[in-house]
Amino acid sequence: MNGFPAITLLTATPIVGALVLAFGGDRGERRARATALGFALLALIEALVIAWGFDGKTTAIQFPERHAWIPTLGVEYRVGIDALGILPLLLSALLVPFAIAVGTTPPERPHAYHALVLLLQAGLFGAFTALNFFHWFVFWELSLVPAYFLVKLWGGSERRAAATRFFVQTFAGSVAMLLAMQAVFVATGTFDLPRLAELGRSGALARALETRLHWPGVAPASLATLVFAGVLLGLAVKVPLMPFHTWLPDAYSSAPTGVTMLLTGALSKMGVYGFLRILVPLFPAQIRASLGLLLGLVVLTIVASALAACAQKDLKRMLAYSSVNHLGLCLLGIFAAMQPVAAGPTWALERATALDGVLLQMFNHGIVAAALFGFVAAIERRSGGLVGTHDFGGLRTVAPVFAGLMGISVFASLGLPGLNGFIGEFLVFKGSFALAGAATSVATLGLLFTAMFLLTMLQRVFAGPLDERWKTFPDLTRAELAAFVPVVGLMFALGIVPGLLLRLVDPGIVEFVKRLGP
Amino acid sequence: MNPDYRELLALLAPECAVVLAAFAVLLVDLRFRGKRTIEGRMVLGATVLTVGLGCAAALLFWNPVSADLLGGSLVLSPVTRHLKFVLVALSIVAAWFCTESAFTRHVGEFMALVALATAGLMFLVGTENLLVVFVALELAGVSLYAMTAFDKRGPRPAEAALRYFLFGGIAAAATLYGFGLLYGLGGSLRLPVLAAALAGRGGDPLVQAAIVLVVSGFGFKIAAVPFHLWAPDAYEGAPAPAAAFIASGSKIAGFFVLWKLLQGGLVGVAGNAGWKSMEPGWLPVVALVAAASMVFGTLAALAQTGLRRLMAYSAVAHAGYALLALAGGSQPALLYYAVTYALAATGAFGVIAILENRAGGDSIANLAGLRERSPLLAVSLTVFVLSLAGIPPLAGFIGKLGAFVAVSKLGAGQRHGWLVVVALASSCVSLYYYLRILRQVWIAPGGTGGGIRAGVAGWIAAALALATLLLGCDPERLLRFLR
Amino acid sequence: MLAWTIYISFAAAGLLLLLGPDNDRGARLLALGAAVAGLAVGIVGAIEHGAGLATVSRHAWIPGLGADYHLAADGISLVLVVLTGLAAVAGILFSWNVGYRTREFFSLYLALIGAVYGVFLSFDLLLLFVFYEIAIVPKYFLIAIWGSKGREHAAMKLALYSFVGSALVLGGLVAAHVESGARTFGLEELARHAYPASFQNWAFPVVFLGFAILAGLWPFHTWAPTGHSAAPTAASMLLAGVVMKLGAYGCLRVAMTLFPDGLAAWRGVFGALAVAGIVHGALVALVQRDLKFVVGYSSVSHMGFVLLGLLTLSPVGLSGAVLQMFSHGIVAGLLFAVVGRMVYDREHTRDLEELRARRLGRRLPFAAATFVLAGMASMGLPGFSGFVAELQVLVGAWQTFPAYAAIAGIGIVLGVAYTLRAIQKAFFAGDPTPATAPVPEEHAPPPPAITLPEKCGAILLVAVTVAVGLWPRPLIDWILPSFASSLFDGLRKGGGL
Repeated sequence: MNGFPAITLLTATPIVGALVLAFGGDRGERRARATALGFALLALIEALVIAWGFDGKTTAIQFPERHAWIPTLGVEYRVGIDALGILPLLLSALLVPFAIAVGTTPPERPHAYHALVLLLQAGLFGAFTALNFFHWFVFWELSLVPAYFLVKLWGGSERRAAATRFFVQTFAGSVAMLLAMQAVFVATGTFDLPRLAELGRSGALARALETRLHWPGVAPASLATLVFAGVLLGLAVKVPLMPFHTWLPDAYSSAPTGVTMLLTGALSKMGVYGFLRILVPLFPAQIRASLGLLLGLVVLTIVASALAACAQKDLKRMLAYSSVNHLGLCLLGIFAAMQPVAAGPTWALERATALDGVLLQMFNHGIVAAALFGFVAAIERRSGGLVGTHDFGGLRTVAPVFAGLMGISVFASLGLPGLNGFIGEFLVFKGSFALAGAATSVATLGLLFTAMFLLTMLQRVFAGPLDERWKTFPDLTRAELAAFVPVVGLMFALGIVPGLLLRLVDPGIVEFVKRLGP
Repeated sequence: MNPDYRELLALLAPECAVVLAAFAVLLVDLRFRGKRTIEGRMVLGATVLTVGLGCAAALLFWNPVSADLLGGSLVLSPVTRHLKFVLVALSIVAAWFCTESAFTRHVGEFMALVALATAGLMFLVGTENLLVVFVALELAGVSLYAMTAFDKRGPRPAEAALRYFLFGGIAAAATLYGFGLLYGLGGSLRLPVLAAALAGRGGDPLVQAAIVLVVSGFGFKIAAVPFHLWAPDAYEGAPAPAAAFIASGSKIAGFFVLWKLLQGGLVGVAGNAGWKSMEPGWLPVVALVAAASMVFGTLAALAQTGLRRLMAYSAVAHAGYALLALAGGSQPALLYYAVTYALAATGAFGVIAILENRAGGDSIANLAGLRERSPLLAVSLTVFVLSLAGIPPLAGFIGKLGAFVAVSKLGAGQRHGWLVVVALASSCVSLYYYLRILRQVWIAPGGTGGGIRAGVAGWIAAALALATLLLGCDPERLLRFLR
Repeated sequence: MLAWTIYISFAAAGLLLLLGPDNDRGARLLALGAAVAGLAVGIVGAIEHGAGLATVSRHAWIPGLGADYHLAADGISLVLVVLTGLAAVAGILFSWNVGYRTREFFSLYLALIGAVYGVFLSFDLLLLFVFYEIAIVPKYFLIAIWGSKGREHAAMKLALYSFVGSALVLGGLVAAHVESGARTFGLEELARHAYPASFQNWAFPVVFLGFAILAGLWPFHTWAPTGHSAAPTAASMLLAGVVMKLGAYGCLRVAMTLFPDGLAAWRGVFGALAVAGIVHGALVALVQRDLKFVVGYSSVSHMGFVLLGLLTLSPVGLSGAVLQMFSHGIVAGLLFAVVGRMVYDREHTRDLEELRARRLGRRLPFAAATFVLAGMASMGLPGFSGFVAELQVLVGAWQTFPAYAAIAGIGIVLGVAYTLRAIQKAFFAGDPTPATAPVPEEHAPPPPAITLPEKCGAILLVAVTVAVGLWPRPLIDWILPSFASSLFDGLRKGGGL
């Protein structure tokens, strides 16, 4: 596929779909949904083709495209995939059709709804393949806008406040990051991420920031830290890292469930991906300098979000906090890998383990969380919008297939061996224990609480006496089965053969780790 | 020195033609008195005057361009020739404005006075001899006083004329006294001789006194502060054609003579009016008068409700701007300013004349709805007002610009910029009252009554507006005649 | 060829007055034709002209003062000429419903356009000033006659502010002309003259401030929101879209090229004012109840970016500033079009609290969508022109004023906040829960549908802002080489650029 603009084609597919939908006008829910699904599946096929063509053994950037864009800003249209990007890309391609199929299509302006969903997907594709900061940022923000409108226009009762808070907080983070990256550009004259990564590794970036930037009142040496803080803020809001998470529960619970699936499944991965793609390569020294604080925040995130989830009485909010918890694990792996270590193959292995775990965890959490929200959507449809944990009970008896599949997903989320959630968490913990033992030990508390609230939820919803209201609670329909079964199958498949994915990323991660330095 | 009277007569032929035209108007009007309506007589008089003054213009055209006769009593140059053309044209305009209004039964007399005043001003322009200056000044002045009083339908014109006359008399006395001092100091009535004799004597108190007296006298003529007190009343009380002529012809000549006196006869005692570096001479006097005129004229105009009084105070301010050009020593700038101001002011008075006759008065409130009643007048008035405000591309802007550049260029290292600052500030303020007029014309809800027929005066005003626009877009067309 | 943009506009302005008084349709078509012709001539002329600095037309004008009728253009002029053309066309499309004194309206409108073209193409300072001042009069009348609430006050305020600004400029220009001793008003000639530092130190702030008043420099911006809000739609589109650019353009073209040393001395001060404008404008926009005031103050904030970009003196910052002029011209035009034409002309209120209840998101979906797009462009989201521009400005600012860059970043966040607030209250409030409830009929009859000219105008502007946002190269390729011309030698010597 040399020279074939595969990635551009991939990114353009959902955009074309969005335009077709937007200009096609309102022609009913079914038609809008079918069109959107068609484009999403097309994109999925393209992504699979790319994954097929992706050579896991080389560490080079694959499917590269490069064109000059805005010369004054050193901006290029530069895309390509490497080990960091391939899994999130696949995930995005998978989740969108899933979300379209499972989520409820709103009766009001369905064409606009689906157009925005496809636009969101374009943003995801773009962000996971961009190798120039500017370009990356364009898509990073591009994904924010449809998300905002999806929440705002089709969300639940609190949607307006939630959408605005979501947008403003994320945007504020983005601006901080943008400003910081501008400082980087001013110092180095490039927005090219691989180039910046090299500079960051050799320490030239920090030196350039010190010497090229003058900010009255700030010591030159601490400028790099300031810039680092800006980028960190932007990413931390998106993931989110506590205490920057306040937008999340409201946004997730007010969004239409199909959108929540994407928010938690794919959009949050952009933040984690940003850590790997930008923060870690560019600011290794700064991360190490503040590692204690960062690990502390991560542990806080993991534990506190699990506790918060325990306290929720609403399925969506509970799952929202659970997501925060799982993403915290990803960050734990990343920061643990940044722990300074003696040179040597052992430590490199541990680091690679942790980072492999992070990438797998991203992928698996995406699938599992999306599936869980998908089940919640199914419940919502049946219950007329009720999603409180106490509203249900005994559903197992009337909807056994439903209960079974959702149960499997919950266990995957818990990290039960044999299901896909296990391998990622396991690798993260394995690597992290060796590298940052104390923090990881505390973080395991989070696992405990997670198990607690997830099981409680299962129990409240599916076990116990059947509530009178739900006598006629229908089981999964055929269409729902068609959507859920492959995904649940995937959970098993990846749980049993994690090598399917590891094969794609491991060599790249080993190389990545090599460049991390001591 | 044995003057060749034949030559003198030949060179004075245009002025003679003007005087003859005055007599002709008188005679023709006498012939038709009581046989035609006043309006008819006005048209007839204006026609006769136009023919007579047209002859004068033709004679001017064929006269030699340069001459110097009788020890500077009659000095001809291209500039004086062009100014005389302008004066003749303005008096024709004034005559036709008379046809708008039957303000008097004595048509012939009024027309004759217009011609006589014109003759006086032409003499004034064409001399460099102090004595002739004074005589011409009085000839023109007396005619203008009389013209002011012509409207006998109310008490105000008489009062205005009286005030104009009294102030004029005092000013004439001051002028004469100043001339006397100059003659005594310099030993000559001729300006070039005086210039040589007075050079470098700026500190002499007698010279100072002479300067103050002369500037006072001419300050009256051009309505500069503090010698402007007659202007609002005269502008308000005089018949519109007279007011137009006072505001235009009389001013042009006044500025030109003042220029010849100060930049000619007194050029050696200019002094310095720079910020914190004043030195005695006429420059500081002129600068102070100019600054005071700009500021006071502008502020007083803000409070006016009548167009005529507003025009009067605006004229005071404009005298200040023109004095800047004079102080800056740029003759083209000064004359361009004076001429283009005269065009705009005349035109404005033409519109005022029509309004008074057909719209009930000169109050700004009466302008309401003018845009519907007569688009031609509305557009013309807009052009005049914008030109007076100094908005490009109208002539008023180029005039102001020339004045600013001239005064900025004054003497290396001398800080005359403060005059520009004062001028700019007062222009900004002045925009307010000019816009008030335009607001009334274009925005205020329609006035009473139907359409207004523009008539001859209206078309003349339109032509003047067009001239104002063209001279602003292509100022060189006029400037090259004034160097 | 470019010069014809000016002539076409003025000629059409004159022709309009000769039309019959009741021929509204003819007036509209003639005006539209002239504007489209102007735009076409502008674009073709610009492409033909290319980025380099070259004379379009030069004749002696007032030899006594050394003033020439000198029209020329470089890439910066080209960008702004194209902007003017676009704004002119869109403005006429959005004024299709003007029915009161139609031909006078369009005549004044085109006169204003012609003057603006003139400013952007003048390379003789006096000529530039003449066009600059000509623009004041039509502005005044457009607002005072066709404006909305408080129009006469706003018009007078605008006219006086503009006039004070131009008085400052005139004073500075005369001083520069005299001080150079060169007997010329030619921009290039005067830019070559090295003025003594003591002179520049007072002349620069005078001229810069004079122009910057029109660019809405804080704290001299107060004319802008009142003027914009009171003006009729097309006039506010032009005012915010193009006329404010005249000020910024003057700052760059005149004040900065003539007095580089003065610039160096005053840069920090004006930079601080620009940043203050960014933040203050955004904060005030956040608490407005009148939708048009929100947009008006947002203009102040965005023009702060332009000025900040100019003061950075780096190629990136300057090109960002010029691009921001273009971008804001389009976006502000669009916002005012939605507020003034699509909403106000139909609902007769701009009060956000009243609009809340009107459920405009449902009743005028086209207006809502346009406003959302314009709002996104306005808040500087990637993919729209504003982002590329503001990004360049901020990058430039990082090099010179890092602290200002950071504060300006706050301005961007505030920009998001007020834009969202406006979108929310004006279009999407008032429908409590999910979107399924039927539209209540209390506000029947439904508002008149969005007309074809409005759609054309909106699509034109949206297309431009997206196109420039995604592919700014053509404009940047015009802008950047311009800074290489000899005009900017002074700035280069001073260490800028």
